[in-house]
Amino acid sequence: MTPNTSPYLSPNKMLNWSKKNLFSSWVNTIMTVIALIFLYEVGTFFLNWAIFKADFINNFRGETITDRTFCSKNIEVGQHGACWAIIFVRFHQFMYGFYPVEEAWRVNLVYAFLPFALIGVLFDKLPLRRVFLYFTFAFPFIAYFMLYGGPGLSVVATNKWGGLLVTLFLGVTGIALAFPLSILLALGRRSNMPIVKSICVVFIEFIRGVPLITLLFTANVMLPLFLPEGVKPDNLLRALVAVTLFQSAYMAEAIRGGLQAIPKGQIEAAQSLGLNYWQTTRKIILPQALKIAIPPIVNTCIGLFKDTSLVLIIGLFDLLGIGRAALSDITWTKLYYEVYVFVSLIFFIFCFGMSRYSLYLEKKLKTDNS
Amino acid sequence: MEQNFIRKLIFDEKTRALLIQTLVIGIFAVLIYLVTKQTAYNLEKRGIGTGFEFLNIAAGYDISISLIPYDSNDTHLRAYFVGLLNTLMIAVCGCFLATIMGFLVGIIRLSSNWLFRNIAYVYVEFTRNVPVLLQIILYYTILLHLPKVKQSIIIFDSFYLSNRGLFSPAPIFKDGFSVVIGSLIVMIIFTFFLKKFLKKKQELTGKQYPIFLINSALIIFIPIIFYYLMGMPLEFDHPVMKGFNFKGGMVIRPEFLGMLFGLSIYTAAFISETVRSGIISVSKCQREAAQAIGLKANFIMRLIIIPQALRVIIPPLTSQYLNLTKNSSLGIAIGYADLVHGFGGISLNQTGKAIEIMLIVMSTYLTISLTISFFMNLYNKAVQFKGNI
Repeated sequence: MTPNTSPYLSPNKMLNWSKKNLFSSWVNTIMTVIALIFLYEVGTFFLNWAIFKADFINNFRGETITDRTFCSKNIEVGQHGACWAIIFVRFHQFMYGFYPVEEAWRVNLVYAFLPFALIGVLFDKLPLRRVFLYFTFAFPFIAYFMLYGGPGLSVVATNKWGGLLVTLFLGVTGIALAFPLSILLALGRRSNMPIVKSICVVFIEFIRGVPLITLLFTANVMLPLFLPEGVKPDNLLRALVAVTLFQSAYMAEAIRGGLQAIPKGQIEAAQSLGLNYWQTTRKIILPQALKIAIPPIVNTCIGLFKDTSLVLIIGLFDLLGIGRAALSDITWTKLYYEVYVFVSLIFFIFCFGMSRYSLYLEKKLKTDNS
Repeated sequence: MEQNFIRKLIFDEKTRALLIQTLVIGIFAVLIYLVTKQTAYNLEKRGIGTGFEFLNIAAGYDISISLIPYDSNDTHLRAYFVGLLNTLMIAVCGCFLATIMGFLVGIIRLSSNWLFRNIAYVYVEFTRNVPVLLQIILYYTILLHLPKVKQSIIIFDSFYLSNRGLFSPAPIFKDGFSVVIGSLIVMIIFTFFLKKFLKKKQELTGKQYPIFLINSALIIFIPIIFYYLMGMPLEFDHPVMKGFNFKGGMVIRPEFLGMLFGLSIYTAAFISETVRSGIISVSKCQREAAQAIGLKANFIMRLIIIPQALRVIIPPLTSQYLNLTKNSSLGIAIGYADLVHGFGGISLNQTGKAIEIMLIVMSTYLTISLTISFFMNLYNKAVQFKGNI
């Protein structure tokens, strides 16, 4: 008897597959039935709510949507379909916050070029990677100029920023600033100098031992106390400081894991060639350690991206904050699930994307080493 | 001479280390001096004194959930303890529920049934890729939009679920119940030694005893016998509908339930992943070898697979417990009266003692974190390989 090796799906193959995976025993068959009933119930409920019984924008064609009464079917929440009108009406806020409508193209431009700034960092076998990396280093300055304004562009204060813009700003900038800091912390923690080492250990363990929300509170309440009178960092900057410090401690631990995985022989070999500490670290240790540490680093980045939602507690309007603000608008109340489902979907897309990337890297590293 | 000194500074490792460390200390000292001076100046200008006397002033605000008696005339110190207990309560309940759910989902993810496996997979991916704060708010919103009190969902005739929380019967302990509890504790200690004794006997004689059965029978039945001997000293106060609300019984508020669901559903997704990878990490040969010497299926699981899987599971499980405890500080978003909400929020706003209060709150969380990792490390040592390291 030869096994069926045809790559195409044949009815026979499908039957075999389902016999093996769904109906291998009585218990298994009962489980399959339960799962099918569960899927049917949940699936029909959700699809009915989100699509079939829902109100989309074309249901209101020709009218200006002003409030919830346009959602005819949605008077009693939870019993009828969703009313997606709130998302369409507030789409600008979800994407840009209170950024002036006529200036939104600036944010769009930054959004559009963000992938090009990241691509060089993410994929090492990219053609023209060097060019992309130059762009990566230039991007923060371009983005800052585009978003905040300056000569030739009107200034948009950061308290007007919101929604996805704030979430991405805190996430991307926090990670970018934390990366060099975390390398220093990780190296410092493994250093032979007792004072440098203890400072790094205390810093890392302290940050990892307290919740992010207390750091945000501290930055919000205490930063103005620490600084001279004239200096008044705005709220977004305060949150960025807290987020960066928080992320650097977690990232440092991920990098330390990578550093520990490098055999001592590598250091000794480098030293016997006459390389000094920084040469050894920069040319021999870090390239290898960072490669091993990338998957855990990406995991801390996913964590940070989700944690940016905490800034709503100190009064910033990130995606979730904008969603809550939309719900507190009296004309749009009761559309909780629409807003929360939409916001979770955006977070899901970004975080799931990052976790897929981390999986891809793990697979790639495995084949590289074998 | 001078040139030699500079040369030494740059090229001699020990001298260089000394130089760098002196520099680091110097920078730190200057920074700390500047910040303290500036802070003192700022505080003086705003008319805020320093010190911890405020802890003895009446707090002046109410706390909705409290394990110890508290009213608004009590001090800030008492408000701190109320918040601390609430934080610990949600952390303990959350860890407990998350562990059960996580192990369940982790095992389902290894099920031979394709549908079960993938439903669990979808659950894990969706919950761990959405911020826990969003989930807490979402579950809280759902809880707040349950039917009104009059149309409560009735569970088992004695639990009433409504938009004001879960009303359940409250136990009333009469005198004599302490005897029952005492017998339970005595039995737990006794079975612990009995287990050791029977294990030793088994090692000597080779005869197997149904240790688990004997011990669970002892732990369950002896307290029940005492319960009847003492004349059933436990009664329940059932919640009764009166007017617009329930009277009697006890209520679990939606804030607590929202936090509990949010934290445990989110953390369970991570725990299930560690459980799954822990079980996978036990090599297939172990199971086959166990089968070859004729062990029964449940013995293979209990004696071979789980002890080895635990070694891999415990360290990441510890960090999940730590994360859950730290995430319990998000209660402030839905008004769960934990440490950050009451003491770190309202007390701070009332007294303006930002530095003192944040210091207390942070060191409390640090203490909790360190305590959890200390005990989990002890447990970790107990389950690790013995002898060969």
